Amino acid sequence: MAGRFAKTPHIARKEIAESVARSVFGLMSAAMIVPLVLIVGYLVVLAWPALSLEFLLDVPKRGMTDGGIWPAFVGTLYLVGISLLVSTPIGVLAAIYLNEYAKDNWFNRLVNLAVINLAGVPSIVHALFGLGAFVYAARFGYSILSASLTLAIMTLPVIIASTREALASVPMAFREACWNVGATRWQTVRAVVLPNSISGILTGVILQVSRAAGETAPVMFTGAVFFKAVQRGDLFPYGLGDQCMALSMHLYTLATQVPNVKEALPYATAVVLLGSVLLVNATAIVLRIWLRNRKKW
Amino acid sequence: MSSVPSPIRIARAERSRAAVLAEKALEALIRLSGVSAILFVAAIFFFVLKEAAPVLFSEGFSLGQFLFSTEWYPTSANNVRYGTFALTVGTLSVTALAMLIAVPFGLGAAIYLSEFCKPRLRETLKVVIELLSAIPSVVWGFVGLTVMSKLIVNATGAPVGVNVLNGGIILALMSVPVIVSIGEDALKAVPDSFREAGVALGATRWQLVYRVLLPAARNGLLAAVLLGVGRAVGETMAVLMATGHAVHIPGSLLDSVRTLTANIAAELGEAPSGSDHYRVLFLTGTLLFLITLVVNLTADFVVRGIRRK
Repeated sequence: MAGRFAKTPHIARKEIAESVARSVFGLMSAAMIVPLVLIVGYLVVLAWPALSLEFLLDVPKRGMTDGGIWPAFVGTLYLVGISLLVSTPIGVLAAIYLNEYAKDNWFNRLVNLAVINLAGVPSIVHALFGLGAFVYAARFGYSILSASLTLAIMTLPVIIASTREALASVPMAFREACWNVGATRWQTVRAVVLPNSISGILTGVILQVSRAAGETAPVMFTGAVFFKAVQRGDLFPYGLGDQCMALSMHLYTLATQVPNVKEALPYATAVVLLGSVLLVNATAIVLRIWLRNRKKW
Repeated sequence: MSSVPSPIRIARAERSRAAVLAEKALEALIRLSGVSAILFVAAIFFFVLKEAAPVLFSEGFSLGQFLFSTEWYPTSANNVRYGTFALTVGTLSVTALAMLIAVPFGLGAAIYLSEFCKPRLRETLKVVIELLSAIPSVVWGFVGLTVMSKLIVNATGAPVGVNVLNGGIILALMSVPVIVSIGEDALKAVPDSFREAGVALGATRWQLVYRVLLPAARNGLLAAVLLGVGRAVGETMAVLMATGHAVHIPGSLLDSVRTLTANIAAELGEAPSGSDHYRVLFLTGTLLFLITLVVNLTADFVVRGIRRK
């Protein structure tokens, strides 16, 4: 077909470069997915013999080499729950300030920088802060309270960022309409902005749950312990001033500190932790997609 | 919007003094929460430095030795040394290897997501990236300790599988999602008129990417890389479990190392509260805080650079 429409060498080269680039970048993207699938698959296969409802509800036995993970699982629920109670109100209000009240001046740029930096502080530094501020300075001791407060400050940027995004997605015209009928700034926020962004804020809270549940270092030195005796399946084993076990730290302990653990045990713990976190994240993603599809503006 | 009060009811004149006061109080609370981020960052620096400060002025401690000596013997009976240089090199080597892997893959994937793939595939990939970034660091560490170390021992014949290579790969996998999502945002921020102009001149996608988009999104992509670096430097549990436990300057990829973060996590439990050892660990924390502060501020200024333009 070498006729009038034959490609010039220049065009041919250009098209080869194009297809090479497309496949190289495509492969690079695929290279991100493959490890996720392989890792999750591998963990699940090795964890399979130990995975059961009994594993979740049972307590660790024989010096943590056998049994289940209940005290750690319920401990994580406590830590996450209490940290949410603290950080959600502060985070949502901070986001309202930044998105609805703050003028563009040097001070608010400083606030923005602080939020960015708070997100970038290493988790071990948060642990040191929690130890210095809550355990010693505030005299809360090694306790659920100290650990939850540390987690709360650590996950604050997550809720601020996602709430801001939700607030910013409410069109400016909605606010202007409300101001024009004489409403104050807060009345506008309460009557117009919040009702239209509440589901987006909820998505942020869900993401915060997953972030808090997976953290290890911040709770390791502020309130989580290697072992705590708890009744099998007991939903309220801990008080605010108690120390507790945490799922993430339990995985670290089983993997590195306890000799002669039953082979599948750490794998099963990893699968429960990973499974819970991914499940929570998937919920947030589904919620977000559903919201986007029914958005009216 | 049935919940919107009618204009007459919200006229200011008709509102009770209590309602106005309540609103004022609430707005004060909102402002306070807004400022809280600054307070928390300042508090973190203050409390970490406060625990570290006494050792700075104590006899026999020198900041030069702390920063540049490779001798870390915190529990030695007669020859106590607090030199963190080997730990700093450990952090740098693992981070450098991680970036060597994560930057090309991350930016490549960002370009693919933003320019080459169809919307449906893009949404799927973004979900995968989000899930990837949600995996807790202790799970990554566990993967490094079990799966990756076995693979490395089998592939290289190294005596132990927990080393620079292992930590680097794990950290790369952890930083890729950050680089991809920020990098994709940077590419998306390039106005479509740039793309249209390129296409009108007969450019292929690839020509468009490397002649137009990469130069235009340069700052945003740099910020993406910097945030990836920040994530890698600050990572604790994963490197604690995956890099082995040797405080020395690594000679090869298959040497075990220890990083600044992992060192704190490994020794904080054993250091008696108030001891010099304990305070030096807090000083390491202060150092880490300052490093990530600089990295994050730089990333922010770099991004701000494009917005100005």
